[in-house]
Amino acid sequence: MAEAQIQQEAVTAPGVETRSRRQDFLRAFFSNRLAVFGLVVVSVFVLMAVFAPLIAPYDPLAQELTGKFKGPSAAHPFGQDELGRDILSRVIYGARISLTAGLVAVAIATTVGTLVGVVAGYFGRWPDSILMRLMDVLLAFPSILLAIVIVSVLGPSLTNAMLAIGVVFIPQIARVVRSAVISVRERDYIEAERALGAGNAQIIFSGVLPNSMAPLIVQATLTLATAILDVAALSFLGLGARAPTPEWGAMLTDAFRSGYGVFLQGQHAIIFPGIAIALCVLSVNFIGDGLRDALDPRSRR
Amino acid sequence: MLLGVSIVVFFMVRAIPGDPAQILLGQQATQEQVQATQDRLGLDEPIFLQYGLFLKDAIRGDLGDSITTGRPVIVELLERFPATLELTGFAMLIAILVGVPVGVISAVKQYSLLDKVTSVIALTGISMPIFWLAMIMIVIFGVNLELLPFPGRLDSETAITAITGLVLVDSLLTLNFAGFWDGLLHLIMPAISLGTIPMAVIMRMTRSSMLEVMGEDYVRTARAKGLVPWRVVFKHALRNAMLPTVTVIGLQTGLLLGGAIITETIFSWPGVGQIAYESVSGRDYAMIQGVVLYGAALFVLINLLVDVLYAVLDPRVRY
Repeated sequence: MAEAQIQQEAVTAPGVETRSRRQDFLRAFFSNRLAVFGLVVVSVFVLMAVFAPLIAPYDPLAQELTGKFKGPSAAHPFGQDELGRDILSRVIYGARISLTAGLVAVAIATTVGTLVGVVAGYFGRWPDSILMRLMDVLLAFPSILLAIVIVSVLGPSLTNAMLAIGVVFIPQIARVVRSAVISVRERDYIEAERALGAGNAQIIFSGVLPNSMAPLIVQATLTLATAILDVAALSFLGLGARAPTPEWGAMLTDAFRSGYGVFLQGQHAIIFPGIAIALCVLSVNFIGDGLRDALDPRSRR
Repeated sequence: MLLGVSIVVFFMVRAIPGDPAQILLGQQATQEQVQATQDRLGLDEPIFLQYGLFLKDAIRGDLGDSITTGRPVIVELLERFPATLELTGFAMLIAILVGVPVGVISAVKQYSLLDKVTSVIALTGISMPIFWLAMIMIVIFGVNLELLPFPGRLDSETAITAITGLVLVDSLLTLNFAGFWDGLLHLIMPAISLGTIPMAVIMRMTRSSMLEVMGEDYVRTARAKGLVPWRVVFKHALRNAMLPTVTVIGLQTGLLLGGAIITETIFSWPGVGQIAYESVSGRDYAMIQGVVLYGAALFVLINLLVDVLYAVLDPRVRY
């Protein structure tokens, strides 16, 4: 009651502008030029992925052996690769595969990691110790190494690469969620819910989770950037997408493995897929940084 | 900790599809040959017994024999280790020598143009696929400008007497300066491509922890006393800001092993990363186990070192 009254007064006070938390967040996010740049670039990549068949000038798999390593021209703006395929078309189609792979990996990591983090943080005691020891074991591996082992267990394929990368990132998400949940758990509004007779499940979904979202969103975004990189790295090692799939990492590995000639005549076959990866990951990182600054009032200027 | 890691590694590696005895002997092998090999490698014992034997041997330093080369895994690892040590050590050196000072400067000059530029560069460094960076460097410095040699650790005509296995150390010990120079030139590209990500991470961490420390009361006091600014920055602020940076340096050193797999593959660097890649594609169980255990052991060891360093940097930390 009292609080509502105060708010009422604040709103009606003359000459005082008030902003909701959402407005506050949007304002902070959109005043960050790099974050907006990231959002624009990622949107372009998403559009490219969705409308790839309409945009791409050529079939990404169509070979033209006479065009081996032909440099950029009007017909082929990014040039042609070791099999004479159009690099621009492959980069456009590659957005589909790389973005999907990254998103799937993050979805796996976020779902499992949130579950683990909430259970560990909310219930504490032995579920916490067991789950967190398990996460520590996973964290004891250098991440790419763990992903490599998982992929070699499951067999090399793009699906398994996504799965492996997803598993590798579970501990990070779990840790972030756990610490957020622990700090939320003891708040008065959770106490109030419990006093009103809410069960554990209800408290978790209506009280704990929504209030632990901010760090989770930030972590998930930053993880997406790393996931896209790691999927490309696995593909580069021959453990992810396989030739002739137009995945950015696989494109680089195909060019690299085609022999020394790529360094002499096929430099454009290296440059463009790499720019696509770097630009995409950089933009996602910009968004992640922007979200963190906007969601965390302490770091706001 | 390592016990848990060993369990995970052992059972995951065993779950790799394909019979190693069959792979070892090739498709033409007879049933008897396969059987004999399985016996020799202990592959038909119950899996828990296999793990017990593996653990017993591992504690004594015996990680089994590589299925492909037939040589003990530990020997292969030790033989390859110096190359990786030299590469990762050099990469980390570059990362720290560039990352820490730049991080400090951009914190001191927060919001300056320099700060903004380095922040973007740092984020770009994190976003860069290292295999791409490596290939671009080969294109620019190796092929187009012909400034830096690749692949491998030395030119084929350069000979170095092996003592420690570290090219730079060995060549200096034998006063082989041409060899030292050649080794150094070969090291630059792989080390930079491997060191870029840690450099960016160290830069960001140093900057943010410096910013935090610069706002503390004791820094204000030091300033108020009229100390010269660089003394405040280096003596009062940096020392306190180093703690998180040291943690990150430790973590990144551990992660370098993963990066080394890619870098070593591209530059044909004869290190542990290269055998890690080869053992995975060749389904060399013993070797994969060895490499992963070695990686995890190194990781744990580095974290221990970081804890010790904490106590050195911060006298309040006592064990």
